[in-house]
Amino acid sequence: MDAKNAAEVKDAVDAKNAADAKGAADAKDTAEVKNATDTKDTADAMKNRPVGLPAELDEIDRKLINLIQLRFPVSKHPFEEIAAEIGTTEDIVISKLTRLKNEGVVRRIGPIINTRGIGGTNTLAAVKVPDNQIEKAAAVINKYAEVSHNYLRNENYNIWFTVSAPTQERLDLILSEIQTELDCPLLNLPTVKQFKIQVNFHV
Amino acid sequence: MSENPENEKTNEITNEKRYSVDEADEKLIRLIQDGIEFTHSPFEKCAEELGISEDEVVARLKALIEGKKIRRFGASIGHLALGFTANGMGVWDIPPDKVEETGKKMASFDEVSHCYERPPTPDWPYNMYTMIHCRSQEECKAVAERISKTIGITNYQLVFSERELKKKGVRI
Repeated sequence: MDAKNAAEVKDAVDAKNAADAKGAADAKDTAEVKNATDTKDTADAMKNRPVGLPAELDEIDRKLINLIQLRFPVSKHPFEEIAAEIGTTEDIVISKLTRLKNEGVVRRIGPIINTRGIGGTNTLAAVKVPDNQIEKAAAVINKYAEVSHNYLRNENYNIWFTVSAPTQERLDLILSEIQTELDCPLLNLPTVKQFKIQVNFHV
Repeated sequence: MSENPENEKTNEITNEKRYSVDEADEKLIRLIQDGIEFTHSPFEKCAEELGISEDEVVARLKALIEGKKIRRFGASIGHLALGFTANGMGVWDIPPDKVEETGKKMASFDEVSHCYERPPTPDWPYNMYTMIHCRSQEECKAVAERISKTIGITNYQLVFSERELKKKGVRI
């Protein structure tokens, strides 16, 4: 392991330790913590791996990960096509992807929905909640199926989340219900112009 | 597969006011939006369920992508599992007449996954947002500094995520 990787691993471990310490501090009400975080995907991302360390990847894993993000073949037998492209067998592709899914590297392979493309609307919102209200606020916000992402951030406005809904009325209702229930300042920051959306983790 | 986890409520309004996709497409999306199985014929079950052929399923998916109703079909990656543990939201105060050219420059950075113009508010004066994913906060900061130099604007903050409270992707 070279120095750069060692530093990265250390950062990752530090980050995990910091998160653990934070988790422990917040865990006075464990049940609430459990409810507050939409744990399924997040927990998946952590399972079957050494704590705090990134998943170990071989050459085929890397090729797979890079390919299936942006160039997944939409066809009857996509894994066969992928195998042909990276020079391996379909069985190996499937077993590798299954392992990567178990390790939380691949969350799912499916359609990434364009909310506005199907007539819906979305926004980025933030709330400013006291530190001792974070778990409650997360639970209040996460209970809406329309909330797709939610992050605790190091700012006065400390909880940032995205909401997608079929109509502006529904979106406004969700935000007003959240604001009423939490009784805190809320920012509603709908997209004025999208310059880029290209999530691609090259490994 | 389309059922929400127990802790989420699906409001009646959502059920009444659907997105504007036709019924067959909506059914199709609901069947696969939580992810396809890793098998030789991942669309077989879905085709059976819909009473159409696998070729038709594939054709419908391609049409949905073509029509920009689906942004793409592919993998959602658990960036934490790959070691991309630093997630910095850059918030920038850009003069309104510079937004267009600045946005294009910001978008050209590989490390920037999302770049949006959003309305400034009295309490939060920023009008441009860049999501930066890196393996460390230091790397994120270095990227933000490079962006700042490139666009000639220093009025920004990099707001790091401390904890992922939910990440799910959009579902209908």
